[in-house]
Amino acid sequence: MSDTSNWPLWEVFVRSKNGLAHKHAGSLHAPDADMALKNARDVYTRRSEGVSLWVVPSEAITASSPDEKDLLFTPADDKVYRHPTFYDIPDEVGHM
Amino acid sequence: MPNGLIQEQKYGRNPDHDISHERFVNVGVNCGIYIELMANAVDLTTTFDSYVAAENRVEPKQWMPEKYRKTLVRQISQHAHSEVVGMLPEANWITRAPSLRAKLILIAKVQDEGGHGLYLYSAAETLGTSRETMVGDLLSGKAKYSSIFNYPSLTWADVGVIGWLVDGAAIANQVMLCRTSYGPYSRAMVRICKEESFHQRQGYEIVMKLARGTSDQKAMVQDALNRWWWPSIMMFGPTDDNSPNSEQSMKWRIKRKSNDQLRQEFIDKTVVHAEFLDLSIPDEDLKWNDSRQSYDYGEINWDEFYRVIQGDGPCNRQRLIARNKAHDEGRWVREAATAFAAKQAAKKPAKQAP
Repeated sequence: MSDTSNWPLWEVFVRSKNGLAHKHAGSLHAPDADMALKNARDVYTRRSEGVSLWVVPSEAITASSPDEKDLLFTPADDKVYRHPTFYDIPDEVGHM
Repeated sequence: MPNGLIQEQKYGRNPDHDISHERFVNVGVNCGIYIELMANAVDLTTTFDSYVAAENRVEPKQWMPEKYRKTLVRQISQHAHSEVVGMLPEANWITRAPSLRAKLILIAKVQDEGGHGLYLYSAAETLGTSRETMVGDLLSGKAKYSSIFNYPSLTWADVGVIGWLVDGAAIANQVMLCRTSYGPYSRAMVRICKEESFHQRQGYEIVMKLARGTSDQKAMVQDALNRWWWPSIMMFGPTDDNSPNSEQSMKWRIKRKSNDQLRQEFIDKTVVHAEFLDLSIPDEDLKWNDSRQSYDYGEINWDEFYRVIQGDGPCNRQRLIARNKAHDEGRWVREAATAFAAKQAAKKPAKQAP
């Protein structure tokens, strides 16, 4: 425990203003959640970039693999009927 | 082994951790499979090349040629080291800033540089290199950083000229890198560019005040310009015909403009800034070229450039000593933070799984 090598990686999310979602801003190392939050404040919000911060241990995130990209996302490509523009509605109908 | 696919990679604990490489490792190095993998790698490389050529961004989990990964790790970590070492020449002047306003601004700027180092180290970490390795390479002198920071900051005017020229040159490079093909690097650059423009403007403000001050002040700022001009335009690196890695970097869209192109753009802009303040750029060959719509400039002393890179600049030793001293003297802070976190964790009742 002499140094920082065991400090976990944290992902930082910033809400830029109320009404908007938290957005991924970057990452940092810290020994615990409190320090991660303090560091995130210093590193990612020095210019009023946010009103709220989340720090999440990177390890806690389960990510999809690029190998599964086709499996997961291409089935959506042939389902154009899920988009409003798929349907021909005459102009006379007005705004819909 | 010639093929990075089979080489086991030690990745960080980032969620963008790549599992596809491990899968290749797990199949074992059976000869038949190896040949199949080689063929596969050639395909992958071709696919990758056209993918980036079509202006698509690369994200950490995606397959990438080993050379692309290595080039990025080298470039991003060098860039991070430059931010960190770049704090030193300026930090020298925090205690001697001529007013409270100037001191506050300089502290904020130096703090920004530290933050920029962090964004960049984080981006490099997504490529599977640990922070400790990179910092270790800087401290041992194995890794390089921008040669500009091996020049001394002798007067307050230097602080102004560093912001104007050195940050100006860095911005030219960084604006280009906002559109680099590697996603995490590009995102770090966007953040950095937003903050960096304050650096150049605060520098120019200092230069402006001195240039409009007493004759002594004006002489001081002219002297700083004389000393920093050539090292600043060297920052863009060797000329295009002496920059062997540039072509591949351009092909992979890591770089978007050549060294000479960036240097020319910087010179054309900066001459205007100098003329506005009636300061003269220390280059007798500097002349407007009507047909190129750009300034011609004199021969750069490349011997000096390589000498400083090799470690023989005015401050190379000093910078590394200062960096190592700061790292060693900060050790107790890191140890205390680790100990405190452990103590807090022991106090808390064990969390139940959700």
